[in-house]
Amino acid sequence: MIPLSWYLILSAALFSIGLFGVLSRKNAVAILLGVELMLNAVNINLVSFWRYGDVSMMAGQVFAIIVFAVAAAEVAVGLALVISVYRRLDTVIADEIDMMKW
Amino acid sequence: MTLPQIFFLITAFVILGSALMVVTTRNLIHAALWLIVTLFGVAVLYALLNAGFLAVVQVVVYIGAIAILFIFAVMLTRKEMRDRGPQLNRGWWLSGVIAALTFGGLFWLLQAWSGFSKTAADFPSGFDAVGQLGNALVSPQAFVLPFEVASVLLLAALVGAVYVAFNRK
Amino acid sequence: MNFWNNPVQFISQWLTGVFAGWGMADWVASLLIQLIGVVVLASMMMVIDIFLVWVERKVVARFQDRLGPNRVGPFGLIQPFADIIKLLIKEDITPDGADRVVYNLAPIMSLMSVLLLWAIVPLAPVIFGVDLNVGALYIIAAGAIGTLSIIMAAWASNNKYALIGAFRQVAVLVSFEVPMIATLLIPTILARSMGMNDIVQAQDVWYILVVPLAAIIFMITAIAELGRTPFDLNEAESEIVAGFHIEYTGMKFGLFYAGELLHAFTFGGFWAILFLGGYRLFGLENLGPLVAAVILFAKALFGYWIIMWIKYTLLRIRIDHMLAFNWKFLTPLAFVLLMVVALMNAILPHNNMLVYVAGMLLSNILLGWIVIEILRVHSRRERERVEGKNQMIEVAHR
Repeated sequence: MIPLSWYLILSAALFSIGLFGVLSRKNAVAILLGVELMLNAVNINLVSFWRYGDVSMMAGQVFAIIVFAVAAAEVAVGLALVISVYRRLDTVIADEIDMMKW
Repeated sequence: MTLPQIFFLITAFVILGSALMVVTTRNLIHAALWLIVTLFGVAVLYALLNAGFLAVVQVVVYIGAIAILFIFAVMLTRKEMRDRGPQLNRGWWLSGVIAALTFGGLFWLLQAWSGFSKTAADFPSGFDAVGQLGNALVSPQAFVLPFEVASVLLLAALVGAVYVAFNRK
Repeated sequence: MNFWNNPVQFISQWLTGVFAGWGMADWVASLLIQLIGVVVLASMMMVIDIFLVWVERKVVARFQDRLGPNRVGPFGLIQPFADIIKLLIKEDITPDGADRVVYNLAPIMSLMSVLLLWAIVPLAPVIFGVDLNVGALYIIAAGAIGTLSIIMAAWASNNKYALIGAFRQVAVLVSFEVPMIATLLIPTILARSMGMNDIVQAQDVWYILVVPLAAIIFMITAIAELGRTPFDLNEAESEIVAGFHIEYTGMKFGLFYAGELLHAFTFGGFWAILFLGGYRLFGLENLGPLVAAVILFAKALFGYWIIMWIKYTLLRIRIDHMLAFNWKFLTPLAFVLLMVVALMNAILPHNNMLVYVAGMLLSNILLGWIVIEILRVHSRRERERVEGKNQMIEVAHR
């Protein structure tokens, strides 16, 4: 059988890779891609804790579904913002979007 | 090595490899396609964890909707068909260090936990996970309120996305 | 264990014995047998696909008052093989600006997304790939991969027509998925299961008699998902030449074409499973699993024939009309129908089959009648508005 540790290590690694993407990418869309990786890492954790705990407690799966909903909402609004910014400023490089900076 | 373990290792290799490609590849469309590979790998993991419903929902929601939205966003926000120049910040090595530290810290915290290497009990035969999940989602004793809040959030996000991206002439 | 009662299990047990005789470990043998099963199912569908080319060409010829292929072999039966040879010896072009890997991957994924669907089709009570307990959602998931293949093909071709076709197709797919999910939930409510086999087993009365509106809506959304006329905006020949597969030649185009035909046949099959009782036909299916499989294929061909009938009868719809039709008409109707069915399912007595079916059928007919009345009033107003405007224009010209 697969020990729980494998899933946890995998999800930690995936989370770190996503974090690296969020911190290092220039393009705003690519930053959102990194966020998706991190959300997926969280979901792996939630589902594996459900499986390795008491399977009749559905909290793990339910929260995974809520993460799906949140991810969908985040992507819809995030990408709408990116497209809107692109229309006004003609760029999607996160560093160049500095209207709020001084 | 048993069969599930081999499956897990192959899947984990695919997930991590494609995730690395997502954050490093230059062509953003390719990054989005690699993201799809990652998401598919995660769906396989759900299937390995006996969460078949989540595996299918992962494919429907993530690959069918989110990844395609990403591809569209990439297509709509580029001036040339090819991406030029480096795609990473100047301080990317610092981000790498932070990510590595995060992984190290998580690993260190986790391995100190007593339940770290426990194995799963056998899946109870005749246990209807999908039915249980459905009951949990709509029963007032369980999660009906978070479920409804999530649906309201989705509606709000839908309206917000249309409002933000709407092109006023 | 008899071959005629349970062929799949019979063969798999025989193979297990053979592999054990070779000194193979248990899990290797079972893995190998499952792989063989996958390969056999996939290749069977591809062989059927070859004959679908013939069926489609013959049927369209009849619709258009022609004879169709009749030169190669009896009734032109060998024609598809001639077509394949022609496709194979064509020049295989990859455009200059193409993204090579993605370009070559897209047709494979297109056919794969269709073959994936056959994993959950119950050909008979005991012949199925896997009896997934979330089968209804799996249909949508496989469709998502098909959408993806279209975007990949369009983007990798580096062609504007291709991209326009893909944009249209995705807009259509994403919007028609909503009523499709709603109508998939209706057999799920009636059968109390998402598994295809359970849905078939629960159909003592075919669901097309219980919820005819759902069957109609599912057929419409299926045609939209297939991208066939009247919803074939993704390849609209007169506007964007061939849409997403404009740059593909030879066998790569052949894969898209084969995928499209098999997709139509598959959705005919799902229509039969969800609404026409699948492999059941007045107890004939009890004769044996192979008879049941033949019944299912016959029903799938019937569904396929309806899809072809619509394709070769109707004209292409403009994209804004099509999306308005979905969002303003089909989606609300599907959700209202879903609520009505759920409500009636709770109210009507389950022990009296006649009352149950009659109640469901009446509620469906009533809903359909209300919808048609609303449409009639709406269209009359629209007509009066347009005609009134025309009169004013005439007055102004005078």
